[in-house]
Amino acid sequence: MTTVGVVLFPGSNCEHDVVEAVSALGADARILWHGDNRLGDVDAVIVPGGFAHGDYLRPGAIARFSPIMTALSEFAAMGGPVVGICNGFQVLTEAGLLPGALQKNRGLRFLCTTVEVCVETTESPLTSLASPGAVLRLPINHFEGNYTCDAATLDQLRADDRVVLRYLANPNGSADDIAAVCSAGRNVVGLMPHPERASDPLCGSEDGRVLLQSLLETARRSAAVTAGR
Amino acid sequence: MRYPVLVEVRLRPDVADPQGATIERALPALGFTGIDGVRVGKAIRLTVEAVDEASARSEVEELCRRFLANPVIEDVEIKVG
Repeated sequence: MTTVGVVLFPGSNCEHDVVEAVSALGADARILWHGDNRLGDVDAVIVPGGFAHGDYLRPGAIARFSPIMTALSEFAAMGGPVVGICNGFQVLTEAGLLPGALQKNRGLRFLCTTVEVCVETTESPLTSLASPGAVLRLPINHFEGNYTCDAATLDQLRADDRVVLRYLANPNGSADDIAAVCSAGRNVVGLMPHPERASDPLCGSEDGRVLLQSLLETARRSAAVTAGR
Repeated sequence: MRYPVLVEVRLRPDVADPQGATIERALPALGFTGIDGVRVGKAIRLTVEAVDEASARSEVEELCRRFLANPVIEDVEIKVG
């Protein structure tokens, strides 16, 4: 069975939603405490949303120094699939695993709504099973989701087809309508919307399922590669 | 020697500052005219044990680079003493 590690920092608050959503898709999900320095035997890692370390200084700024982040960086360097959702995206940018930064929303509003995003590439662990150009309805819930990077980085992201999801109607001022990006190696993805909150009819949308299913499928395939570690 | 240090963390000039813009837009309603260029940052005070001012400064520069500021969006100004 595919095993997904879900990182828990003090202040994370979406870890159980993520565990529930990936378990419903048939994976074995386990919580990974931020103070541990090993991931254990996992095939993929999700850094969930919330307010890790209270978002003090900047979202993700303190979380990136948690002991588990060293193990997570090594897992990512070996090609292991890693997804950061919302605050998890902020943690991964602060840790240098993804380019850019997430600034306060344009308009200074905390946004809690459902948005539409377009699948821009299927060459990522989050979208491998999605249809190119598919429009997904997903919830967002953030104050700092305004994706920012310098012009050279943005050019690089476009040239390398690393913009994974784009907003149809930009809610927060993100550069180039970016809702999700992936790393140069493509195995690390960060996104502001919450796929785990759109994984059941009761949630009002099931559009997040294809993203989590993609991650599980990627994890299953890469498990054979990482099994020898 | 112990050196008091003031670190000013501010958004880089090319990064939009919605807080600064919001404050600036509120000023005319309060009767303040002729004020512009409002930018909001953070001030961090700390004390550094170092052999001299130069080494205190270089220690804080390293701290800023690795932790106190995000170089993607922020600059710092360090005042020692």
